Amino acid sequence: MNWITNYVRPKINSIFSRREMPEHLWTKCDECGTMLFHRELSENLNVCTNCGHHMPISPRDRFRTLFDAGVFTEVSVPDPVEDPLKFRDQKRYPDRLRAAQKKSGEKEAMLVAEGEIGRTPVVVAGQDFSFMGGSMSMYVGNAILAGAERAVETKRPFILFSAAGGARMQEGILGLMQMPRTTIAVQMIKEAGLPYIVVLTHPTTGGVTASYAMLGDVQIAEPNALIGFAGARVIEQTIREQLPEGFQRAEYLLDHGMLDRVTPRGEIRDELITIVRMLMKEPPAIKGDLPAPEPMLEPVAEPAAEESPAEPAQDEDEPK
Amino acid sequence: MTNYLEFEKALAEIEGKAEELRAMARSSEDMDVEKEASALDKKAADLLKTLYSDLSAWRKCQVARHPDRPHCHDYIDALFTEFTPLAGDRNFADDLSVMGGLARLNDQPVMVIGHEKGNDTKSRIEHNFGMARPEGYRKAIRLMDLADRFGIPVVTLVDTPGAYPGKGAEERGQSEAIARSTEKCLSLSVPLVSVVIGEGGSGGAVAFATANRVIMLEHSIYSVISPEGCASILWKDAEKMREAAEALRLTAQHLKELGICDKVVIEPLGGAHRDPQKAIDDVGKAISAALGELSNMDAKALRDNRRRKYLGLGSKGLAA
Ligand SMILES: [Zn+2]
Repeated sequence: MNWITNYVRPKINSIFSRREMPEHLWTKCDECGTMLFHRELSENLNVCTNCGHHMPISPRDRFRTLFDAGVFTEVSVPDPVEDPLKFRDQKRYPDRLRAAQKKSGEKEAMLVAEGEIGRTPVVVAGQDFSFMGGSMSMYVGNAILAGAERAVETKRPFILFSAAGGARMQEGILGLMQMPRTTIAVQMIKEAGLPYIVVLTHPTTGGVTASYAMLGDVQIAEPNALIGFAGARVIEQTIREQLPEGFQRAEYLLDHGMLDRVTPRGEIRDELITIVRMLMKEPPAIKGDLPAPEPMLEPVAEPAAEESPAEPAQDEDEPK
Repeated sequence: MTNYLEFEKALAEIEGKAEELRAMARSSEDMDVEKEASALDKKAADLLKTLYSDLSAWRKCQVARHPDRPHCHDYIDALFTEFTPLAGDRNFADDLSVMGGLARLNDQPVMVIGHEKGNDTKSRIEHNFGMARPEGYRKAIRLMDLADRFGIPVVTLVDTPGAYPGKGAEERGQSEAIARSTEKCLSLSVPLVSVVIGEGGSGGAVAFATANRVIMLEHSIYSVISPEGCASILWKDAEKMREAAEALRLTAQHLKELGICDKVVIEPLGGAHRDPQKAIDDVGKAISAALGELSNMDAKALRDNRRRKYLGLGSKGLAA
């Protein structure tokens, strides 16, 4: 394998994760109203330090804190046909896609990567709710299949962080058809005898819940994540009664036997390591912040101090 | 009595006039209206032909949902012998929106499963308008499993607005039930033939229609979301359902072009409800033909056939 793709690129990712946040910027927690410095918030994985409210986190940011030393390699995802139905509502679908790409800085609603967590090789997929509501498109289907294929090929467990409002309407029936398609991806992992762990994050609903997001060997959810099939408003209109407090929230699903665990974001990494290593019959892991995997020897925690060999790509990829 | 659709208003007037004339003639012997009435008949027939020669997507939705359209029960009664309903999910309840059981098609045992909408107020409520709860999908899973173990082909009849948006349905795992049903469809080692006889509503349809052969009636629809739902989300106006129906490409003809539907069964002029017997017979022939095509395939070939079909749906699109 090529040294550049395996080690230079991940290292850049790790530098990204340590980037300086402007001190004067703060975010107000929409749950408790506390003002939180961006840096403080991002160091706490976008979880309010006061009330524990889980705010959205992008797959890329999550991966930086999930993988050992923030090192991961993206799994490439084949491009689907763009705008397969020539869909147009009030805007053209390609325009909506461009806008989402610009806003998120990502190509599509799912990021797939491989790397190590607690020295355990894994393939991880993360769905991005900020990209058109995380909706399941043909690209998302391709991403899950690419992740599953990579997991099978390298005999690694597959971990998926879900976040979506459902199938992508602008891809119509082809969006819907990603339900059976991603189910095949799950079957491939299971047939290979590999663990498939789903972490449901806020919100995961519709066709996504009704396919790959509910088929995990172990189902974990982040606290208070909204998880369901139908939307609460539709249900209220149908049954003409008010839904109980906490309806369709992670804890409610746990109570109703629909999940294995509800785990705060900060503890998910260790929990995944524990579960995956047991399922893979590996010895217990050393947890906590691990340096980057071999053979990347330079200390990545202090990128400024490193005696790095010349890496031409680095400067160009510095955050702007 | 015919229930006319909104776009058939002119037709209703002409046919009404012809009927009126004939009624008048019956009450007074000396009137000869036949010539005039026949002219009206001809006019009505021409109009019907014109109306149905190029139905818009939204009109197809209306035909697909026509209250007099033959439903699951009608197909089972007419096409199958020795139908022996099998009930319950062995867990919570028997969901009457899903009917299923052992039956014979051309003397060969099959497992037939379908959504039943009901045909009058009482039966519609009893069958919950064809909207299944988790128990419906779990019953279907159980029946598919039974068929699988005894090497009996499965035929599903799809006609649902979608899975039921209810409180209990969510609490008992609507998403999980749908996901497992789709997974079961994919793992069957027996032929699975699915017919969309009316409405193929979202995940509720996928759970039954992830088949080796998907047959659709000419004016049936299969969609990621109802046009009304899509309009209210993307157009912020539920009244824009015509535009949404068009944009979603939900007709049998579009699905055939996209490779999701394998065969379109032409309906009698004016829709299946104008000649149910003919429509049902033609569906029967299409099911027999599809089962015939699959009869020589072994378990692996059948599973691979389903996988190939759905895996291929990441690179499809309508011709520009
Ligand atoms: Zn807070």
